[in-house]
Amino acid sequence: MSLDRSTVEKVAQLAKLAIDEDDKDRLAGELNAIIGFVEQLSELDTTGVQPMTSVVEANAPLRADVVNDGDIAEKVLANAPERVQDFFAVPKVVE
Amino acid sequence: MAKVIKGRTGDWEMVIGLEVHAQVISNSKLFSGASTNFGSEPNHNVSLVDAAMPGMLPVLNEECVKQAVRTGLGIKAAINLYSVFDRKNYFYADLPQGYQISQLYHPIVGEGTVILDLEGGETREVGVERIHLEQDAGKSIHDQDPTRSFIDLNRTGVALMEIVSKPDLRSPEEAGAYVRKLRSIMRYLGTCDGNMDEGSMRADVNVSVRRPGEEFGTRTETKNVNSIRFIMQTIEIEAKRQVEILENGGTIDQETRQLDVANNTTHPLRSKEEAHDYRYFPCPDLLPLTLEQSFVDELAKDLPELPDPKKERFISELGLSAYDAGVLVAERETANFFEAVAKGRDAKLAANWVMGDFFGALNKSGKDLADSPVSAEGLGGLIDLISDGTISGRIAKEVFEAMWESGKSAGDIVEEKGLKQISDTGAIEAIIDEIIANNPSQVEQVRGGNEKLIGWFVGQTMKASGGKANPGVVNQILKAKLG
Repeated sequence: MSLDRSTVEKVAQLAKLAIDEDDKDRLAGELNAIIGFVEQLSELDTTGVQPMTSVVEANAPLRADVVNDGDIAEKVLANAPERVQDFFAVPKVVE
Repeated sequence: MAKVIKGRTGDWEMVIGLEVHAQVISNSKLFSGASTNFGSEPNHNVSLVDAAMPGMLPVLNEECVKQAVRTGLGIKAAINLYSVFDRKNYFYADLPQGYQISQLYHPIVGEGTVILDLEGGETREVGVERIHLEQDAGKSIHDQDPTRSFIDLNRTGVALMEIVSKPDLRSPEEAGAYVRKLRSIMRYLGTCDGNMDEGSMRADVNVSVRRPGEEFGTRTETKNVNSIRFIMQTIEIEAKRQVEILENGGTIDQETRQLDVANNTTHPLRSKEEAHDYRYFPCPDLLPLTLEQSFVDELAKDLPELPDPKKERFISELGLSAYDAGVLVAERETANFFEAVAKGRDAKLAANWVMGDFFGALNKSGKDLADSPVSAEGLGGLIDLISDGTISGRIAKEVFEAMWESGKSAGDIVEEKGLKQISDTGAIEAIIDEIIANNPSQVEQVRGGNEKLIGWFVGQTMKASGGKANPGVVNQILKAKLG
């Protein structure tokens, strides 16, 4: 599998990354190298093998339905670039 | 009933599927211990998990899992003992993680059925494709500032069930009946409060049109419609718009649209170049969810009687009509109230009183069942007085009004106001004799064969008795004297 310049542009756009024109070919090369490395895995025949979801044999731990967190608006808002009362304030986002 | 749109070039049929997002009733969020309370101060029901701070890990809320399973059981759906959480990736200001945790490939609930109650007591089955658990997003407020949006993350991470129907619906009315029935079932189960005003239930509406019996056409999806009326409106608008395009030789774009209520139209939400590519993948922070069958069985054992079996029972055991039974079971509280009134009494009479004068008075006063000044016991007491002949049905209406005003029992009011029905033959005979003596010409006409005039005598007798004479006895005596 090989990845071209336009795919790099699409991936960057989906990830909301601004990439310089000059970097696109270099990044395409790097991404291709990574994909090539990972593709070695497809040499293995995995027919009938379930995808591994975890290295530990465990069920998902569940929490009891109790309120034991929250009410920390100051901490939550501490890194807000801008704040109005207890709201985050962001550039207007109306579609 | 499929609704047909008469086009210039022939008939068209609507094909509708709904994705209903139902907020799960739970104390804390799907993956954090922050409160789900509606209407708290902005950003106060937010943990560092919900705010997506680095290093925070989600832990699944057991009650939310149970609620999804209960809902699945409520629509007789297959429960998947193995399900997996996936990340749905997109950027929006009220989604701090940059992805929503959802279940794409292995949802917790599989195929089920919802039975629609349509007009005239008709029913129709609609398939549910799946129910999956996912996180709700935060709330953006756009109208408080000219250049900025305000973000409140209180709703971020609250559990949602996305209930996906099959494309089985064929008219706006069916879509309305489907959402009402889902809401009723979830309220019975206590899994979603169904409060559309607070956004607890909202729907994405998929609509396409086709020539009757032909292949499905291309569909559009109108997002986030938040009332049954708007869902029905969206379907009308979209179907008409699509027919118009197709009849002019155009094609339908598969796209996301938004309802514009003020202009009675829909418009595209985003252009195709910006179409979302969610790049789903299994969430590496969460292990697959494996349930034991015994866990599901335990929940199944504790389910309440649901609206469909209850309706069936009201029809077969209590002898109610399909329509009356449908109305009475729609809300659990109403059904319980009715059952308390009907217990040990004439069920049909009880149904008439609950749905007639009682609902009428509730509506008129704008009160909820819980604040009603007349209790189920009180209404039952009134019905007892009708059944044992103490008062007539007509007087009962007067007594009911007094009960509503004063909160007193029917028995006390009848006693105080002296409204007891007169069944004593002697007393009624005396009244009738006087009326006959005073109206010789009418008597002449009745005896001459004008039987309709008997009704006039009944009316006069009732009036003279202040409405208290037993109508049955009055009729009997009049017939004997004038026949």
